[in-house]
Amino acid sequence: MMKKLLIFIVCLFIVLWFCGPVLLIIIAALTPSSEYYDVTRLLPAKLTLEHLESLFVRLNGWKATLISIQTALLSILISFAIGLPAAYVLSRYVFKGKNLFRLTILLTRSFPVIIIGVPLVTLYLRIGIADSVLGVSLAHSSMILPFIIIISSSILGGISVEYEEAGMVFGLTRFRSFIRITLPLALPGFAAAAIYAFVLSWNEVFISAIINLTNRTLPAHILNTAMTSPDYFKFAAGTVMALPAMVFIFFTRKYLMSMWGISLK
Amino acid sequence: MKKYFNQVKALDGVNIKIEDGEFVVLLGPSGCGKTTLLRCISGLEAVTSGEIRFGQKAVTHLPPKDRNLAMVFQSYAVWPHMKVKENIKYPMRIKKFPKEEIDRRTKETAELLNISELMDRYPAQLSGGQRQRVAVARAIVLEPAALLMDEPLSNLDALLRVTMRSELKKLQQRIQTTTIYVTHDQVEAMTMGDRIAVMRNGRILQFGKAEEIYQRPNNIFIAGFIGSPQMNFLEMSVKRREERLELTSKNLSVICEEERAKHLIDSGIDQVIMGIRPENILLTEEKDCVPVEGTVYFTERLGGETIVHVSTESKRFVVKVSGDAIFKENENLRIYLNVKKIRLFHPETEEAID
Repeated sequence: MMKKLLIFIVCLFIVLWFCGPVLLIIIAALTPSSEYYDVTRLLPAKLTLEHLESLFVRLNGWKATLISIQTALLSILISFAIGLPAAYVLSRYVFKGKNLFRLTILLTRSFPVIIIGVPLVTLYLRIGIADSVLGVSLAHSSMILPFIIIISSSILGGISVEYEEAGMVFGLTRFRSFIRITLPLALPGFAAAAIYAFVLSWNEVFISAIINLTNRTLPAHILNTAMTSPDYFKFAAGTVMALPAMVFIFFTRKYLMSMWGISLK
Repeated sequence: MKKYFNQVKALDGVNIKIEDGEFVVLLGPSGCGKTTLLRCISGLEAVTSGEIRFGQKAVTHLPPKDRNLAMVFQSYAVWPHMKVKENIKYPMRIKKFPKEEIDRRTKETAELLNISELMDRYPAQLSGGQRQRVAVARAIVLEPAALLMDEPLSNLDALLRVTMRSELKKLQQRIQTTTIYVTHDQVEAMTMGDRIAVMRNGRILQFGKAEEIYQRPNNIFIAGFIGSPQMNFLEMSVKRREERLELTSKNLSVICEEERAKHLIDSGIDQVIMGIRPENILLTEEKDCVPVEGTVYFTERLGGETIVHVSTESKRFVVKVSGDAIFKENENLRIYLNVKKIRLFHPETEEAID
């Protein structure tokens, strides 16, 4: 009994530790400006969507959101196009330097994107894709690609080779066997990986802020607008930024866990 | 045909000719190359050197899909995202069979394997034995040039394995498809195979009918690998006495028949390893038998038969007698070795001498 209570208290503490700030941010985002600076009130008497509305409409946030979504989708597309073959090779073949290859992929993550950001601007200016969705997507792909490769190869590794080989014996080429047999089996996992990639791109602020001036993604746009506005505006922006990630992670956590090899029953 | 994985010689000079309609078993311990050989035949593995021919047609470099083979995998590899009927029909669809043909064959095969009621289920809803039937159905429905099976029974429980063993064998006799069957289970090999190829270290050591391999194993490895309890081995000295050759080991001495003696003299060795199967050691004297004095060390009573371990001066022999028999430990027992049934092996090359 004591033990149960103790566990309950510890869990409650952890939940409050992580969810408390999120909750406060959401509440602050919905607090009317008149009440926000009222020191006598802890919680607002009524909630309002006013700040969110001005963020999206008056500050052109909807346009930035659209660009963010385009950027994320394009990044996912590029990353999968390059990453899937690599993941397939990693999961299906034994070759010299395989572990080195895997390590190198992970190592690219140890370069902060900031490092490639500035050189990219000059490069993009020269080839004419500066200030475009494609430019930012390419930069985001460089950040997402390692994750896609590592995650996808572990997803493919979890699908028995024999299914694919059966396809080949029963009349398919290796490629078609992958498309018809392995891909459908891997699809839920890939979807989860894509969502994870979406969140990565959605949250990335630095590159999109320096590469694009007019076509800014949502976080870069917010950096430019809301961060120079009153606090409740910042909270409204924070809420908008955090929401998709939280929703996606909630729905895909089972897959995310299994992707990293942790089973969650 | 050879297959190397980098420096590892997975298949080191394999040469085998399988007749049309034959049921051939590739038998050997794990790592002997039997599965690799099967995968080379299927085309899933490329050969390093050599040639694979189906009839007159060289298929060495054909992709698996063009070899007109079907395979039953160890894990069955029944596609989990397709229903049973789709699993069976899909290969025929790939090969563009007419629709009526697909339906007819699917129905017939399902009846043959007793899976008609399972057609609308997904593989996850099937038991191991049912999934295995589906895998077999998917393979035979194509009426392939040859059927390859990679330890198909190893994931089933013991009882089901025995049932499926006879069913698979009967099925093969009915459809008369050339079958190559990989297993490490000697009982499976003996009961199912028309011929057995015993493999070790990437080579085929012996290829022949079951009784031939059992009665006349051509080296020590096969003699010891096949048969349970294992064959008794005993090192003996070769001595020439007058016109005849005598094999001795402590109080045991065996006079060699003329034929054997000739081979022994030819090989010029003075030590030889004698092998005798537990059922060829008797407790009563018969013709061509050599007596040895010993004491009972241990008895295994299996009901239908009794395994007696008998200590003699030279060796502890394992003796198999049919029926239930009771022996006291340390009881004196005279056993009789049936000289006609012994096998002699070269102590270094381990090859049989005959």
